Amino acid sequence: MSSDTQVAAELVGRSPGQLMWRRFRRDRVGVVSGCVVLFFFAVGLLAPVISWLYGKDPQTRYGQIEPGLLNEFGYPVKPNGGIDGEFWFGLEPFMGRDVLTQLVYGIRTSLFIALAVTVLATLTAIVLGITAGYLGGKADFLISRFIDLLMAFPNQLFFVAFLPIVATLFVDPREETPTYVRVVSIIVVLWVLGWMTLGRILRGATLALREREFVEAAKVSGASPWRIIRKELLPNVVSPMLVQATYMLPNFVTTAAALSFLGVGLVEPTPDWGRMFAIGAEVYRADLTYMFFPGVAMVVFVVAFNLLGDSVRDAFDPKTNR
Amino acid sequence: MTTASTAHEGPAGPEEGTGAAGETPPALMTAEGLTKYFPIKGGFPFKRTVGAVKAVDGLDLVVREGESFGLVGESGCGKSTTGRLLARLLEPTAGTITYRDQDISHAGRKELAPIRSEIQMIFQDPYSSLNPRQTVGSIVGAPLEINRVNPPGGREARVRELMDTVGLNPEHYNRFPHEFSGGQRQRIGVARALALEPRLIIADEPVSALDVSIQAQVINLLRRVQREHGIAFLFIAHDLAVVRHFSQRIAVMYLGKIVEVGDRRAIYERPRHPYTHALLSAVPEAELELAEAEDPEAGADAPKERTARRERIRLEGDVPSPSDPPSGCRFRTRCWKAQDRCATEEPPLVRIEGNAEGHMTACHFPEAGTVLLE
Ligand SMILES: Nc1ncnc2c1ncn2[C@@H]1O[C@H](COP(=O)(O)OP(=O)(O)O)[C@@H](O)[C@H]1O
Ligand code: SF4
Ligand SMILES: [Mg+2]
Repeated sequence: MSSDTQVAAELVGRSPGQLMWRRFRRDRVGVVSGCVVLFFFAVGLLAPVISWLYGKDPQTRYGQIEPGLLNEFGYPVKPNGGIDGEFWFGLEPFMGRDVLTQLVYGIRTSLFIALAVTVLATLTAIVLGITAGYLGGKADFLISRFIDLLMAFPNQLFFVAFLPIVATLFVDPREETPTYVRVVSIIVVLWVLGWMTLGRILRGATLALREREFVEAAKVSGASPWRIIRKELLPNVVSPMLVQATYMLPNFVTTAAALSFLGVGLVEPTPDWGRMFAIGAEVYRADLTYMFFPGVAMVVFVVAFNLLGDSVRDAFDPKTNR
Repeated sequence: MTTASTAHEGPAGPEEGTGAAGETPPALMTAEGLTKYFPIKGGFPFKRTVGAVKAVDGLDLVVREGESFGLVGESGCGKSTTGRLLARLLEPTAGTITYRDQDISHAGRKELAPIRSEIQMIFQDPYSSLNPRQTVGSIVGAPLEINRVNPPGGREARVRELMDTVGLNPEHYNRFPHEFSGGQRQRIGVARALALEPRLIIADEPVSALDVSIQAQVINLLRRVQREHGIAFLFIAHDLAVVRHFSQRIAVMYLGKIVEVGDRRAIYERPRHPYTHALLSAVPEAELELAEAEDPEAGADAPKERTARRERIRLEGDVPSPSDPPSGCRFRTRCWKAQDRCATEEPPLVRIEGNAEGHMTACHFPEAGTVLLE
């Protein structure tokens, strides 16, 4: 019976995707960094559960409510930023909030924004990149010049200058900007300037694929352009797309963090990873420990994601093995 | 067209190839004055058209129902472009393409839809011609799906049947192209081309990417398919060795034009154009014999045409650039018989003195028709 199933398995054959998965599983660095990345996503997703189990929340000002936690200058009384059995990662100076839940919810916010931007940017890159590559001619010319134009923008400057403007598109500047508007405007700004690299890659890949004979075979059979894009082109650009998306996401996390650091990102009371660096930079002389956990978490996250990206790339394209 | 082209001179047997009874089958696909120029873009800072690659330049040919028509020429002379034009993958710059009395020169995708299933293609590169992300089943079944053909018993059964026809294990239905060898991949391509039961298959150098040992197998498969299904073939090849045992009529192409066309015997036994002579002399003797050994039928219906001591002609130089072809006769830069007239006057493709019916040569000073017969 076991030989029967073996024969059946042999006849089914392995898809390129399955082969990629097998190669990936053998790559130890890839698997470990993949687990780390998954861990971060789990933390973000389960932030409320973590907060509930741990018995603290990110908003309560423990240091101000309970006496004896912060000294008269607003810094934690206990050494190492007030780390103890109750506040595992210590207390925030002045506000007296719990650092662990702040960080967990901050990761949640950042990952949500980065994930949304990655999805939007990838979709935009697919639509515009494949349109340019497949149609060629005028469409290609217009889209390529548009990409050049956007790429010429000084990103950070643009973000700082335009984020407030984008926000005013949604609400009257005299009113308080609701949190969701801030989140949406950050997503929009990062998205608008974040899709071009992948767009170019997909345009190039499509341009090369369009000349392949299997596309001509589909045309000879009378396939519509839509079918050719869906069945012949898209499945063949999944690998560059996934690889680029894994590089893109941590990039968006750090950019969003930089925006918060510069004061144009999310504001209180929304917990935010990037703003923790801004607070850390203010208090580092008196309380270096505060910066430690957000900083280490960010470094681990970015490194793990980039290693994962390398592993995904290698798994898709065994020829480029380092 | 009137019958009887038994005007064969020389030691000719009964008429072979097209219409054994001397009846010429009706034309299936006709190209007249077919032209394709690829613009060359250049200039700075604004790209503009600075010239054109004259890949196909005023080409006439007729493929008849059920016949196998060979198109031969060196690499870069425009064969693939011709094939793609006829399959309407490319838009012709000029000229007309007629398929069964219907002008399809500039027909759009919708207009072509009804005849798409009748014209199929087999490609040169077995690696590029199969989508690496699709299973054999979906590759071979795609033409059925696209044309919404629902064969009795279902598409999957039909695909398995096709796989069997081309000598693949139908149980490999769910496998991916990378799990097959070059020869097997080419069989997948053949199965895909057969799926819609076409009337015409354009095969663009279907075996030139394969190992020599595999070539004969695939050629035999194509021959079998051609005979059993009565499909007309436009068989493109870069030398005269492969079409030798496949095509009843052969056209020799040079720099975007046909320089000589005729039935198999005319081309192999009584070639008139110097370029055909050069191509023939490049065919290794052994290969011709090998081909015959592998192909008993050809040995039976073709007279012994071993051209024992064939003269060796080595063509000097390269094919000139198709963007700036020589004036007059395009072959004159490499022709050993060229004279002043060849530079000024383009030789028309006509039945010259001494040619059999249907044998046309474009040359001012053709070779004697008997050179290759000892
Ligand atoms: N899409 C294209 N764009 C520009 N030039 C082309 C294109 N396709 C073919 N050519 C040129 O046309 C000529 C004939 O090519 P091709 O038809 O592929 O020749 P063959 O199949 O006989 O080797 C070559 O010079 C080639 O470079
Ligand atoms: S026309 Fe002149 S140059 Fe051309 S093939 Fe004939 S002899 Fe040679
Ligand atoms: Mg070619």
